[in-house]
Order: sequence, then structure tokens, then C-alpha cells
Amino acid sequence: MRKPNPDTPFDSPTPPRERGLLGTLANSAWPILLGIALAAALHYFWPLGPGWLYYKKVVLDVGIAIILAVSLNIVNGMTGQFSLGHAAFLAIGGYTSGIVTYYGSILLWKSTDLHGGVLGPGAWLFVFACLLGALVATAAGYVVGLPSLRLRGDYLAIVTLGFGEILRVVLQQTNPILSPDQLDSSSLKNWLPPPVGGAVGFNGLPTYTTLFWVYVFVALMLVVAFRLKRSSLGRAMISVREDEFAAQAMGVHVARVKVMAFMIAAFFAGLAGGLFAHESGLILRPLDAGFLRSLDYVIMTVLGGRGSISGVVLAATLLTVLPEYLRDFDQYRLIVYSLLLIGMMLLRPQGLFGIHEIWDWRPRWFTRKPQTRSPSNEKRGAA
Amino acid sequence: MALLEVENLGVFYGAIEALRGVSLCVEAGEVVTLIGANGAGKSTTLRTISGLLQPRSGKIVFDGRPIQNWPPHKVVETGLVQAPEGRKIFSNLTVEENLNLGAFLRNDKAAIAKDRERALEFFPRVRERLAQQAGTLSGGEQQMLAIARALVARPKLLMLDEPSLGLAPQLVQTIFQVIREINRAGTTILLVEQNANMALQVAHRAYVIEVGKIRMEGPAAQLAASDDVRKAYLGAH
Repeated sequence: MRKPNPDTPFDSPTPPRERGLLGTLANSAWPILLGIALAAALHYFWPLGPGWLYYKKVVLDVGIAIILAVSLNIVNGMTGQFSLGHAAFLAIGGYTSGIVTYYGSILLWKSTDLHGGVLGPGAWLFVFACLLGALVATAAGYVVGLPSLRLRGDYLAIVTLGFGEILRVVLQQTNPILSPDQLDSSSLKNWLPPPVGGAVGFNGLPTYTTLFWVYVFVALMLVVAFRLKRSSLGRAMISVREDEFAAQAMGVHVARVKVMAFMIAAFFAGLAGGLFAHESGLILRPLDAGFLRSLDYVIMTVLGGRGSISGVVLAATLLTVLPEYLRDFDQYRLIVYSLLLIGMMLLRPQGLFGIHEIWDWRPRWFTRKPQTRSPSNEKRGAA
Repeated sequence: MALLEVENLGVFYGAIEALRGVSLCVEAGEVVTLIGANGAGKSTTLRTISGLLQPRSGKIVFDGRPIQNWPPHKVVETGLVQAPEGRKIFSNLTVEENLNLGAFLRNDKAAIAKDRERALEFFPRVRERLAQQAGTLSGGEQQMLAIARALVARPKLLMLDEPSLGLAPQLVQTIFQVIREINRAGTTILLVEQNANMALQVAHRAYVIEVGKIRMEGPAAQLAASDDVRKAYLGAH
């Protein structure tokens, strides 16, 4: 992985890691390429047959949950700002991308049917829509990040929660969706507020979300998260979590770091929102911006451990698969969740992995080296 | 012109006047200490200089630039770095990462590595613990780390807030020894201490602060010999 740096003047478990932008990109390229390869493999080797369709949906849900939980972890876990409004960014990304694909498809191809395969023109429109949704969510993340400069703890949680609830109510007041025929005769009245379905939800979006695209974005999210954690900005975020005062004394611009954390998290939540909106069998509803969905992701990050990326991935997977197994008791899902959380708080208040990563628990003999720690054990430093 | 000039600083905590016109100056190359009893305003003075508190009145000129009302990260950029009181280290990060955070505002990799090496030379104990989680260090080691971390920021003026707080007497000796060495190596130091005895041994000049006002100032040796200071701060009868 990381080559030992000959310039390092003293024994060090982590040699200077800044390589400039190009070096960083080159270093991030192979995990992303690997992720794309895995996503493609997943997509093309997924068994056909009706029975597998259900599992496919679960795996899609897991991927989307991973993106949302890991991105929320940047705010809640790494930077220590308690946000209860993460689903709002999902909704912003979902609705924005939905507008682009739905009305874009009608304009381009006169219908909202799928256009092309997994890399066809329709899919690229979808990817563009997701990125646009992510950018709009980023802008919203900036706005929501601002109160975090003055508010702490519970108060920030209330503001972020309020943001999600406000968005939910606003989305309920939107116009009905325009069908292809109505589109030609539509007037400004139909477009203000935007025709995204109101309380019914944004129906009839083309279902472009595939295993391939979901896991490409999962790979991107994970690479960004791990790199961020090891970067100067990531350290600054953790320093804000650990002790704002000391962080300031080191010259960390606390305000900037907090807002950055919100923006990065919102970007990926918006991206996941695009994937979510275009998943088959789902309708994006105003409810998805609200508190309950946000709480799902908060639970995942709490369960995984603040700042532990692998822990959060595991928690996101568990908590997405678990309700499927508990389908018969769907009503009691929340009770199970609550009991799980209470149990966690009692037994492991730091989450499954605390601030550690899974590989911090590898056996001793694995790391023991004659002189210094092997530089490839890079995540160790995050412990 | 002095490296740091503080003039008539007035600071309030709400309605409470914490500093009532503090003036002091630090020349390049000096160790200056600010001594005083609990609650006299020592830490408040440091925090105001480093931008963590906003003064209501007065002037702070560092390196020829007025820096009162600057945000802390801007102040650090000018080379005025504080090692905060109570060993505020990042306990869930490794020692290594703590040191890296000291260089947060710097980009010159080679120079950072050099400064880190230099900082570690002052504190061999810290070097031994680079991969360790900082919260698991002993109190003395944490204080060393806090100072080393501040050194990695390459300060023109290093401000130390109560470096001896809560340390064993043996360690206090070590810390002050290193403070002297750091100064000899060319870093100007403003030292805030309750342990007036040690501080006056290390410092060139000293200020005595009482309820938000400077009561006495002068060469450290002279103050250490003065009856008032001996009675009030050095435990002599």
C-alpha cells in the first residue's frame, strides 16, 4: 500500500503522507478502480431468476445505507457535531436528480422508460442527475453547517432535526407530477412549486439504480472517507471533536472545518439520495426527508462507533439486513432498534468498534515486526 | 520594537472585568514569565493574546502587526503559538497525529520534518511513544507532547500556559530544563506559571499580575529577590 518514505528522518509508523493533489489522486485511483471492478462483477455475475431479485434489492439497500451512514459519520463521528437531519440531504439529492431524470428523459426521449443499459445514455443522464443532486445537497449542507458554528450538542441536533422536518412539509406542498402529454401544455403555474408529486411522492421515476452504480458510489465514498480520515483536514475534524479549544490553539479554523464536514457529508448523502430515488420498488416521498429516516442513519453510526468507518459499514449492513429478517414483526422494528440502542449504550457506549477500525483487532503476531511497525498498517494510526 | 507588545488590555467575562489594563512586552529571544495567584488573570491574558478571547479594549501588536480581535487560526499563522493549559492534547489520536496537527497550517514538508525532529530531540520520551494513543500517556508526557506539538508549528513566540500544572516535582524540573533549552535554541517564550519559584529561575524578565492588573515588573532575578514577591509567591517568611 504505502511505500516507506526515504525522506523520513526518524522512525515513524506513518511517514509524511502529503503527496500533493496528483499523488493523492494516483494513490486513490487503484482502490476506486478496484471498487468499479467489484461493482461490475457484482452487477454482471448476479444470478438471474426471480428468487434472486429480492436479494438484489437488499444488497442495493445495503449499498445505499452504507453511503448514508458513512457520510453521516463524517459529521457525527469524526467532527463530533450531532446532526439529526441527514435524511434531508438524501431527499434534496433524490428530488433534484429525480427532476433531471424524469423531465430530462421526457424531453430527450419522449418517455420515462429506461434508455440504454447500465452504461447507456439513460444511465449517464442518471449519473449526471445524481451528481447534480449531490451538489445541491452540498449547498444545503453549507447552510445547515452554519448553525453548528454557534450551537452545540442538543441544540444543534434540534436545528438539524428541524431542517429535515421543514423540508418534509415543504415537499408535501409541491405540485403533482406532469405526465409527458401534460408537459407540453404546462404553464408556469404547474412549475411553481416544482411538480414533484406533493405528499404522494415522486412517482414513476426511471429505475436506473443498478448494483453497478450503487457500488461504484460506495467505493468512491469509502475511498474518500478513508483518505479523509488520514488527511490533514480529517485530523483537523477529529481535533475539533476531541477538543475545540486545543484545535484552535493549533491554528485549526474550527468554523471552516465544521462547515466542510457538513458539506462533504451532504454531498454523499445527496448522491445516495439519487440512487435511492431511482431504485425500483421505491417511491421517494416527503417522509424520506424526515426525522425517522435520519434516525436510522444516526443509529447506524452510533452502533458502528464514532469515526470508525469499517464499524459503520458493518452496522449499516446489519441494520439493513436485520429488518428484512424481522419482516414478520415490522411493527416492532422500532422497539427492536430501541432495545438494541439501549443495550449498546449499556454494554459498549463507544459503539461496536469505538474509534477503531476492524483491522485494529488483527492478532498481535500479524503486526509484530523486528524494528518498526510496517508502514502498510496505515490505519493503525487512526486508533 | 518588541516582538510582542500588549497595551492596556481590558477583558470581560460577561460583566466581570478579568483584565483591567494589562500591559507587557516580550523582546525577541527572551523568556518572559507572568506570575500571579489563582484567578489573577494569567491565563486570560494568554488566551486573549492568542485570540481565544476578544478584548474589550487595548492593543496587541505582534511582529509589527496589530492582532487584537483576530481569530485564533490567523494568530497562529503569524507564529504566535500557545500550548494551552491543562495539557489539551487530542487523547484519541496517536502521539504522531498530535504532532502532525501542530503543523496544521504549514505545507513545507521538509521543514516540518526538520522541526518535528527538533521538537522530538527536546523530548526523547515523546519520541518513544509516537505510535501510542496520546490519552494513554502520563501527565508529564502529555505536557511534553503539548509543548512538542506547539513547537512543530514553528512559533516565533511560544506561549506556555501552566506547564508545571499537576506534575511531579521531578518532572517539573525536567520541563523547565527543556523550556530553557528551547529558548537557547532561539524560540522566544512567554510563560504563565503559578510555580513562581521555577518560573523566575528560568525567565529573564517577569511580570506579577494581581486581580487583572500588572503589579510589578522587572528582571526575574530582581523580582525573585524582592520581599513582596518572596512573601506572596515564593513562600518565604
